[in-house]
Amino acid sequence: MKLTNNSQNNFSSVQIDGLSHWFGNGLTRKQVLYSVSMTINPGEVVLLTGPSGCGKTTLLTLIGALRRVQKGELSVLGLQLNGSRRTARQILRKNIGMIFQGHNLLRCLTAEQNVQMGADLLKGLSYRKRREHSRNWLIEVGLEDQMDKLPHDLSGGQKQRVAIARALSANPKLLLADEPTSALDSVTGREIVSLLKRLATEQNCSVLMVTHDPRILDVADRLLKMEDGRILPIVE
Amino acid sequence: MKFSFLHSRRIPLAWLLLTRQPLRLLVAIAGICFAGILMFMQLGFRDGLFDASVTVHRLFDADLVLVSPRSMSSISMSGFPRRRLVQVMAHKDVIGTTPVNWNFLLWRNPQTLSTRAILALGFEPGSPLLTDPKFSEKAQKLKNSGRVLFDDLSREEFGPVPDWFLEGRTVETEVAGKRVRVAGLVSLGPSFGADGNMITSRETFLRLLPSTPPGSIEIGLIRLNAQADHQKVLRSLSASLPNDVKVLTKEEFIDFEKNYWRTSTSIGFIFTLGAAMGFVVGCVIVYQILYSDVSDHLAEYATLMAMGYRLQTLFGVVAREGIFLAVMGYVPAYLSGQALYALVRSSTKLPVSMDPQRACIVFFLILFMCMASASVAMRRLIDADPADIF
Repeated sequence: MKLTNNSQNNFSSVQIDGLSHWFGNGLTRKQVLYSVSMTINPGEVVLLTGPSGCGKTTLLTLIGALRRVQKGELSVLGLQLNGSRRTARQILRKNIGMIFQGHNLLRCLTAEQNVQMGADLLKGLSYRKRREHSRNWLIEVGLEDQMDKLPHDLSGGQKQRVAIARALSANPKLLLADEPTSALDSVTGREIVSLLKRLATEQNCSVLMVTHDPRILDVADRLLKMEDGRILPIVE
Repeated sequence: MKFSFLHSRRIPLAWLLLTRQPLRLLVAIAGICFAGILMFMQLGFRDGLFDASVTVHRLFDADLVLVSPRSMSSISMSGFPRRRLVQVMAHKDVIGTTPVNWNFLLWRNPQTLSTRAILALGFEPGSPLLTDPKFSEKAQKLKNSGRVLFDDLSREEFGPVPDWFLEGRTVETEVAGKRVRVAGLVSLGPSFGADGNMITSRETFLRLLPSTPPGSIEIGLIRLNAQADHQKVLRSLSASLPNDVKVLTKEEFIDFEKNYWRTSTSIGFIFTLGAAMGFVVGCVIVYQILYSDVSDHLAEYATLMAMGYRLQTLFGVVAREGIFLAVMGYVPAYLSGQALYALVRSSTKLPVSMDPQRACIVFFLILFMCMASASVAMRRLIDADPADIF
């Protein structure tokens, strides 16, 4: 709840200053992020591109509060993540929606139940309300006829739609997407990204999307390029 | 209550994880069920054998029992002088006594002519022996020399005596090399020490076993008047009688026998060990199932953690899987246990039955087994790193 207040007080969704990160220990220790600085404003859609291995995903997992910050300032939805406790990060994650390269749906749950796993994180709503909420989100992504299907029986595009519905059903303030179109053909990929952008904008939710796909770059409010662990200066 | 339930209700993830993989669930249930049956059987045999060792003891019409202090159990009873019972009669609360001879004799199967040891009880046909009210009438037939009452629950190796007798045939056979005739049937039940029982008069008993000193008996049954305080009479009798006899209440007499089988033989240990084996096997099976289940779904658990679910919530999912498995495995184990007990009763004539206490113990053992395995399998969850799934 505190997080919500902070993010409404015109704070940036994400504020990064001098963030560095290393993998490994001792001799094999390798730096993957070199003093990265960037900001994402509320409601903004930011695309992050760059060759593979340049540290995009590492940056994404750091912002997603899935890794411990080693050096630098990283503040997400008003919470300083450097030196934060594990529980604080876990609570923060409830306010961050994540969409993965693979859809990462729960195989044993139907589309509707998968979305409800996201909605179940909402506090103070009855089961019926949360169920209704998840259904609305599935209708929103155009899957009203596939609610009772298992992920196994859905196409790649449909699975990614379910993943979007799941991420958004927890009413996140920030959405992180890691190559959401990589497993899809170009038409479906385009559709998914447009849908994602429309829904996120309606929710006033900031989006940070990592992608390789040059066909979807135009959905971005802002485009960031990354190379060798550094964010390149914006060339407009 | 309802309100808070609606608010806390969530997708039953544990249940769905189990039931959407029917084959694995079936294997798990079969494994737990097998472990449960093993525990039911081993504990059932153990308790059944202890109970079976006192089937005859329970039927005696007695409040107090005299035995020799040298007697160890029903299979090694020592004699004591019969006049101790006469001395007991002097006590004002004692209303009757029955001297009983107790020994194993060789019974010849009238059909196959092979011999087998049978427990023979000898008593005065005029005095009460068993609590069964119909028994005293049957006992009258023993007044003729050479007559015996045969236990119709004896194992079949003693021959088809009850069938022949009920057909109206005259059943005659040899006991300890001497001719006897079956004059009636009684129902006592085989025990662990004795495969079969027969009752005869003391006179016949002494003829069958001439080496028994005529003044010596193995058991003295004492009946007290209804108002008497058993403990008080027991103390006063113990004080007045010489130490070549021991006075026991009927309960103590039963415990004395059970205790022999429990402590002086390895039966208790063997069957408890068998039950422990079942427990361990069950633990391994449940652990394997839950561990592979967690491993297979590790990416999904990591996704849930990335979504903001707490590690404890996920531990709860695995714990609930354990509880579901315990319940789903217990029900068939209980039913199979019932069926197998019935089978054991009919084939071995041991008094094995589903005792509610044992049913509870096995349930809690299975629950503990599942929870212990679940808590070990949970350690795998710690490996679920949400940062790896990107």
